[in-house]
Amino acid sequence: MIALGQFLEVLIGGLMSGVLYSLVALGFVLIFKASGVFNFAQGAMVLLAGLALVRSLDLLVAWGFPVWAAIILGIGFAAVIMAITAWLIERFVIGPLVNQDALTLFMSTIGVTFILEGAAQMIFGSDAYPLRLFPTDAWFLFENLFPGGILVNKLDVWGGFIAGILVAGLAIFFERTKTGRALRAVADDHLAAQSVGIPISWIWFVVWLAAGLVALVAATVWGTKLGVQFSITFLALKALPVLIIGGLTSIPGAIVGGLIVGAGEKIAEVFLGSHIGGGIEYWFAYVLALAVLLVRPQGLFGERIIERI
Amino acid sequence: MLYREAGQFKTTYAEDMAIFPIRQDRIALGILLGIAFIGVPLLADFDIWPFGSDYLLRAILLPFLILALAAIGVNILVGYCGQISLGSGAFMAIGAYSAYKLGTGVHIPLTWLDFAISIPPLPVLLAILLGGLTAAVVGILFGIPSLRIKGLYLAVATLAAQFFFDWVFLRVSWFTNYAPSGSVNAPTLDFFGLNVGTPIERYMLCLIFVTAFAVLVKNLVRGNLGRQWMAIRDMDIAAELIGIRPLYAKLTAFAVSSFIIGVAGALWAFVYLGSWEPLAFSIDRSLQLLFMVIIGGLGSIMGSFVGAAFILILPILLNLIPTQLGVPLSTETITHLEFIIFGSLICFLLIKEPHGFARLISIGKEKLRLWPFPY
Repeated sequence: MIALGQFLEVLIGGLMSGVLYSLVALGFVLIFKASGVFNFAQGAMVLLAGLALVRSLDLLVAWGFPVWAAIILGIGFAAVIMAITAWLIERFVIGPLVNQDALTLFMSTIGVTFILEGAAQMIFGSDAYPLRLFPTDAWFLFENLFPGGILVNKLDVWGGFIAGILVAGLAIFFERTKTGRALRAVADDHLAAQSVGIPISWIWFVVWLAAGLVALVAATVWGTKLGVQFSITFLALKALPVLIIGGLTSIPGAIVGGLIVGAGEKIAEVFLGSHIGGGIEYWFAYVLALAVLLVRPQGLFGERIIERI
Repeated sequence: MLYREAGQFKTTYAEDMAIFPIRQDRIALGILLGIAFIGVPLLADFDIWPFGSDYLLRAILLPFLILALAAIGVNILVGYCGQISLGSGAFMAIGAYSAYKLGTGVHIPLTWLDFAISIPPLPVLLAILLGGLTAAVVGILFGIPSLRIKGLYLAVATLAAQFFFDWVFLRVSWFTNYAPSGSVNAPTLDFFGLNVGTPIERYMLCLIFVTAFAVLVKNLVRGNLGRQWMAIRDMDIAAELIGIRPLYAKLTAFAVSSFIIGVAGALWAFVYLGSWEPLAFSIDRSLQLLFMVIIGGLGSIMGSFVGAAFILILPILLNLIPTQLGVPLSTETITHLEFIIFGSLICFLLIKEPHGFARLISIGKEKLRLWPFPY
C-alpha cells in the first residue's frame, strides 16, 4: 500500500523539477519556432550563462560590492555575455547556413556546443561553483493531514514562480510587441517575412538572445540546485523528450511536457524503479516520449504536420 | 591529362554498370587496396617508420577502420534512407554485448519451467556476426516509430534507444556475466585456429571486414533496395505513390544499418578495446558517428571513410600540436582549446561545404578531368 502522503510528495517534487526541465526546453522552442534550428547548444548556453554569473558574482563580492548590487551587476554581465554569444552565433554560424537542411543546421549547433563549452570553461574556469540566489531549505506542508507532512523544497517553488513569470513575459512579448509579431512572421515563412521588410538577421539575433536569457534564468535555478558545473550541459538532453511530448513549436507545450516528464520520471523511479533496478530516471523520459510519438507524432501541442507533394 | 575517360569505350552493359566505370578510378582503388593489404603489413614487418611502431596501427588505423565501418552503417540509415539516428552508439553496444554473451556462452535459467536455455560458447566469427544480427533485430524494433515520424522527431526517438541500452548494459548484470566492476573482457580472438593477437593481425582482420562490407554495401545501394531507400529519403510520400513500400524500405534500412553498426560494435569491443564498459558506447559515440557521416558526405561510401579519418585524426593532431610547438599551456587549457578548435572546424566545414568531403572529392575529380584548362 502506497501512502498517499508519499505519493503526493513525489508528485510535487517531480512537477517542480519538471518546471526546471521546461526552463531549458523553452529556449529550444524559441529558436525552433523562429528559425527551424534544433538548437543542441542550449545546454552549453546554460553552462556559459551560469559560469559568467557565478564567477562575476564571486569577483564583485570579493571587491566589496554589497550583495544586491553584485547580483544586479552579475546578472547584467551574464546578459551581456549572452548577447555577444547570440550575435556571434547569428553572424558566423546560422547566418551563413541559411536555407541548409535541418540536419546540417543541427550538426552546426553541435559544433557551437563544443565551442561554447570550451570557451566558457577556458574563460571562467572548469570547477563546480556553488550559487546561492534562492533559499534551498524545505517546507513541510499539511502536517496535520499526513504523518510527517509533505516535503517541498523552497527552491522548487521559486523555480515554478520564475518559470511562470518567464512564460507570461514571453507570451506578452510574442503577442503584443512589434518584434514579437515579426518573430512569428519569420517563424511562419522567413522568405515572405523578408519580402515585407522584416530584418531577418536582426530577428534571429533577438531569438538567440531570448534563448540566451532563458538559459540565464535556467542557470540561476539549476545553478542553485546543483552548483554551476559542466554536468549542467546534460540538461539539454533531458529537455529533448520534454520538447517531443509538448510539441516542438509550442511554448505551453514545453511547460506541460516538462511537468509530465518531471512527475512521470519521479513517480516511475520511486514506485517502479525499485522493482526493476534503480536509475530508470535515466531513460524513462525518452521512452515516454517515444510512446507519445507513436500516438501523436506532432506532440501534445505541436502544429499538425501536413505534407504535400 | 592523367584523369580522362576518353578512349575507354564500354561495349557491354556490365562494363557500363561497373562500380568504377573509369579506368583511372579502378587503378587508384587497386593501388589503395594494395597498400592497405600488402604494403602496410610489409612495412610493419620490416619495422619501417611509422608502421614499425604499434602506435600507428593500434591508436589510429584500427579505430579508423572500425569506425569507418560503423560510419558506413550510419550512412545507410542517415545518408541513403534519410532517417536521422542518434542511437548508433546503442547499436554498437548491442552488437558488442550480444557478441560477448554468445562468445562466452548463454545461459538463461527458466526456473518456473524447470528448464534452462543454454548455448555453448560460439566461435568468435559467428559470435560477431550474430551480434550484428541481434543489433539488426533491435534496430527493426526501434525503426518502427520511423513509419510515423521523421526528421528531428525521429532523432529524439532514437535517443530513447541510446539511453535505454546505456542503462540496460550498466544495470542488468546478466549481460556482463555478473562482473563486479561492470567491465568485461573479450574472449580470445580465435579465427579457425588462427589466434589474432598482434596489432598487425588485428589490423588485417578489421581490414577484411571493412572491405567486405564496403563492397557489399556499395552494391546494395546501387541495386533495387538502395534505390528504394533513396526514393524514401528524397520524398517519402512521392515514393509511396510510385509503389515503394515505406514499411519495407525503412525497416530494411534500419536492419542493414544496425547489422553493420552492430558488427562494428563487436569489432570495436573485441579487437580494439579488449575490455570495455558501457561508457564506450555512450551518446558521444553516436554524435561522433553522425559527424563522420555528415562531414564525410551523406550518401557516399567513400565519404564515410574520409569522414571517419577526419573526425578521428583531428583531435589526435590537435593534441600533438601544442606539445610539438612547446607552448607552455596547462593540460586543462589545451583540452578546452581542442574543444573550441574542433567545434570551429566543424562549423567552418559545414558552412563551406554542407555536402561534405564527398562533394569536395567529386569537384576535385571534375577539375582534374579538365586540367590543365579551367573549363
